Amino acid sequence: MTDVTTLKYTADHEWVRIDGDTVTVGITDFAAEKLGDIVFVELPGAGTSVSAGSVVGEIESTKSVGELIAPLDGEVVEANQAVVDSPELVNSDPFGEGWLIRVTATELPALLSHDEYLALTGE
Amino acid sequence: MSETTNETATPSTEGRSRQSPLHAVHEAAGASFTDFAGWDMPVRYTSDLAEHHAVRQHAGLFDLSHMGEIVVVGPEAGEALDYALAGKLSAIAEGQAKYSLLLARDGGVIDDLVVYRTGEDRFLVVANAGNREVVAAELVDRTAPFDVEVYDESDDVALIALQGPDALAVLQETPGFGVQGPGNDEEDFRAAVESLKYYRSVAAEYEGEPVLIARTGYTGEDGFELYLSPDRAAGLWAALRETGGPRVVPCGLASRDTLRLEAGMPLYGHELGLDTHPSQAGLGRVVALSKEGDFVGRSGIEQGTAADAPVLVGLTTDGRRAPRAGYAVHAGTGADAPKVGVVTSGALSPTLGHPIAMAYVAPESAEPGTTLAVDVRGTRIEATVVAMPFYRRSA
Repeated sequence: MTDVTTLKYTADHEWVRIDGDTVTVGITDFAAEKLGDIVFVELPGAGTSVSAGSVVGEIESTKSVGELIAPLDGEVVEANQAVVDSPELVNSDPFGEGWLIRVTATELPALLSHDEYLALTGE
Repeated sequence: MSETTNETATPSTEGRSRQSPLHAVHEAAGASFTDFAGWDMPVRYTSDLAEHHAVRQHAGLFDLSHMGEIVVVGPEAGEALDYALAGKLSAIAEGQAKYSLLLARDGGVIDDLVVYRTGEDRFLVVANAGNREVVAAELVDRTAPFDVEVYDESDDVALIALQGPDALAVLQETPGFGVQGPGNDEEDFRAAVESLKYYRSVAAEYEGEPVLIARTGYTGEDGFELYLSPDRAAGLWAALRETGGPRVVPCGLASRDTLRLEAGMPLYGHELGLDTHPSQAGLGRVVALSKEGDFVGRSGIEQGTAADAPVLVGLTTDGRRAPRAGYAVHAGTGADAPKVGVVTSGALSPTLGHPIAMAYVAPESAEPGTTLAVDVRGTRIEATVVAMPFYRRSA
C-alpha cells in the first residue's frame, strides 16, 4: 500500500514518486474518479524524451478524455504495460498497480506536497 | 493530467445549481455529481460501466427529476398541441404517449419531447431540463388562441426511471402500489403494468398518492418511468431498491448517455438543435405534415431541406479510442481526404466492446457500409457507416 503522504503532486493531478534519479508518475485517485471508468490508456514508449508541461499520453474514460502531462523534463525508461492492457487498474489502484510511466529526471521541478495537493482539490 | 472533453456535463448558466428531491438519497449512496443544465445531478454512484451493464442485464434506477413537466389542459388541448407541436397529438388515445418535437418557424428543433395523454382534455408534455422554460413559454404562447391552460408543474413532479429486463418484475414485487379507481389492490396493479404496452401509461397509486407509470425510457431496454410528487420520491426510490436488491442498481447520467447512444437515441444539443431539421436526424416521420391545419414549423419544413444538408449516421470504429463530439469526419484516412462531417456523440460501447458514434455527414457519405475516417486528436481512424440502433435488445 502506497503511503500517499510521501508522494509529490502536480496541479494537473499527477502524483510523482522520486527514487534516486528515477521518477514514477501516475494520476491521483481524485483525477481517476473525476474521469470515471478508464477504458483506454496511451503512454509514451521507453526512450521518449519528455519535457515538463507537454502532453505525453492519453487517459480515456467512457465519458471523457484526459491528457497525461509530463511533470518534469527527462526520458521515459518504462511505460506500465499492465495499465495499457487493463486500463481499469488506474481506477482500482491509482497509486500502485495503476502507475503510468517511469522517467529519468534531468531536473526536478517544484512539486506540491500531499497537504498542498489536498488543499488544491478541496478534499 | 488535464481533462479535454466532457460530454455529459453542460455548464450552468444560472450560478447555483438546483437539487433534486432525491439529492440527499444520492449523497448517502456516495454519488458523484455533475452540473447538468443547471441541476446538480448524479453522474455516477460507483462505476459508469457497472451501471451501464446493470441496465442491460438486470435493472437500473435513474433520477430524472430535472426534466420539465408541463401540463396542457382544456377542451381544445389536443387541437392546441396539434398547432404547437410537430405531431398530431389529438389523435392519440388516453393512456397513450407520443414522441414529438417543438419546432421553430423555420423547421429547426427547439426541443424533443414525450407527450402523454393523461385524460380526455389533459396532456403532459415532458421536456429536456435545459429547455424547460423555453418549452413552457412557447406552449403558453402558441396555445393562447385555444381554450386551454398551460401549467409548468416541473417543480411539483419527481421522475424516477426503472430500466432493464428485470424492471417489470421489480415493479410488480414492490409493495404499496395500486391502480386508481375501484378494485384498487396490488393484484390489479401487477396485471395493469404487465399488460401495459410500450409508450402507454397508467394512472396508479403509490401508498395512496397518485403516480403516473409509463412504459417509456431512453436506454433501449424495457422499463418504466414513474412521475410522482417530490415528497414521495425518496420513499419510492428506497422501496424499489429494497425490493430489487442486487437486481436494481442506481445509475447516473454517465451511464444514461452510453445507454442512449447504443440505442441510437438522439440527445438535444448533440444530435438535435435549432440548426437541424427533423429529417436530417431521421425524424421526418415525427412531423405530421398530413395533419389538417397549420402548425408552427410547417412552412419551414415544407420549404424543404437543402439537398446537400448533412444527415445523421451511425459510425463504428475498431480499437478503443472513441470518436467524440466535435471531432471531424473525413472521406477517408488519407491526409488529403476532405472533411465531410462532424461527430455529435461517441463512446466506447460498453455492450459491444468497440467505439460507436453518431455524426452528421454529407448525404453522399451517408450510405451504410461507406468507409470514412474520424480525426481522433490528430490521428485519422477508419470508421464505417452503419444503420442505427447500434444495440437492439432481444425480444
